[in-house]
Amino acid sequence: MSDITRPSGLTRDQMAERAARDIPDGSYVNLGIGIPELVASHVPKGREFIYHTENGLLGMGPSPAPGEGEPELINAGKKRVTALPGAAYFHHADSFTMIRGGHLDLCVLGALQVSERGDLANWSTGAKDAIPAVGGAMDLVAGVKTIFVITQHVTRDGKPKLVAECTYPLTSRRVVDRIYTDLAVIDVTDDGFQLVELSPGVSYEDVAEYTGAPLRRIEDDPRGRS
Amino acid sequence: MIDKTVDSPAAALVDIQDGATVMIGGFGEAGSPIELIHALIDQGARNLTVVNNNTGSGEVGLAALIKNGQVAKMICSYPRTTNSRVFPELYRSGRVKLELVPQGTLAERIRAGGAGIPAFYTATSVGTPLEEGKEKRNFDGTDYVMERGLVADFSLIKCRTADIHGNLVYNKTARNFAPLMATAGKVTIVQADKLVPLGEIDPECVVTAGIFVNRIVEVREPLQESELVAQGVSYP
Repeated sequence: MSDITRPSGLTRDQMAERAARDIPDGSYVNLGIGIPELVASHVPKGREFIYHTENGLLGMGPSPAPGEGEPELINAGKKRVTALPGAAYFHHADSFTMIRGGHLDLCVLGALQVSERGDLANWSTGAKDAIPAVGGAMDLVAGVKTIFVITQHVTRDGKPKLVAECTYPLTSRRVVDRIYTDLAVIDVTDDGFQLVELSPGVSYEDVAEYTGAPLRRIEDDPRGRS
Repeated sequence: MIDKTVDSPAAALVDIQDGATVMIGGFGEAGSPIELIHALIDQGARNLTVVNNNTGSGEVGLAALIKNGQVAKMICSYPRTTNSRVFPELYRSGRVKLELVPQGTLAERIRAGGAGIPAFYTATSVGTPLEEGKEKRNFDGTDYVMERGLVADFSLIKCRTADIHGNLVYNKTARNFAPLMATAGKVTIVQADKLVPLGEIDPECVVTAGIFVNRIVEVREPLQESELVAQGVSYP
């Protein structure tokens, strides 16, 4: 599979914008590092989300201008952020009580692989010389009610990231609800991957070719159009 | 009369012995008690087990403590950070051990330890490589793993404001693990940006009550890890 034949699909920002459209008004949301962080810039008009960062802040606002902000006001990626009016600080046990106790509505995460059953691998490639680092990923997927994944549809060398079975070490089993890629929006259902929406200029065949497990067509969705 | 203040970071750490378990507050540089860590490097205790979310950055603070060969084992959730070079190198060459713990489990283990709870069950890590070796149990149809409470001989933390009883107020996201570690350390040592007279902290706003604190040292205008790293500073 070469780059030349691969459909271009959405940009990172467009993927983030697409995911933001599906977040209900009033949601308490945790955003993972990478493309998920971009979701914060695309809150649809008329909606309010409250962002949680697991290092102890609800009501996280945008990044300050370069060179501004303060070293003790950061997000989980250790980047400087701001606190909006109505924000709250708390310690780590309270923060993970919000996560593990099921109080957060939604979490948007990146992925190395997602299986057709919703298993997620996003913390380690299992490489021998890698330094294992898990952070809060396992807590988030174990506790947050709805899990969205945003990811490129394939790896840099063209391999599917949506697979029948994850080969990388798992973050958790059966946790992913919906996947936003550059090519499509796909739900994880009891019947496996269900196509929900194609990116402009992308065909079912394009997506199916780059998906490592069967992909149900939109018209075959037993839930009807969603 | 209760006055928990001590004169210097060195005086605060004088009895940390080889082989001690030391919890160190901070999430990255936010809340890292860098003057206490540097005093621990000067003090020289070795073969330490250190509990922190990360492993420091550059060659100052926690990274410098590890580089100085004083840490036998790290218990943490995320040992890789931008600018963390010391730990990866020593870990790959087998000179420091790692116990990798999911971040929420790490926080809860410290909270439990401080509350006298020896173990608890959580769904985090079930079905993953990090469940290996842990007792499993099913409650109401869901699988959980058992995690042990975590205590320490010493906890080193940083706060914004303290009084001589050890009532503490933190600064923004620098709070992170500190209130938990304060409860889980047999001896909890605090570096405070500012020491204020009794009564100046509104009792409604105290985050850590003084009962959890043993020693306080005032460090005005503490060093900022990211600035030192940017300047290429190496401690000592």
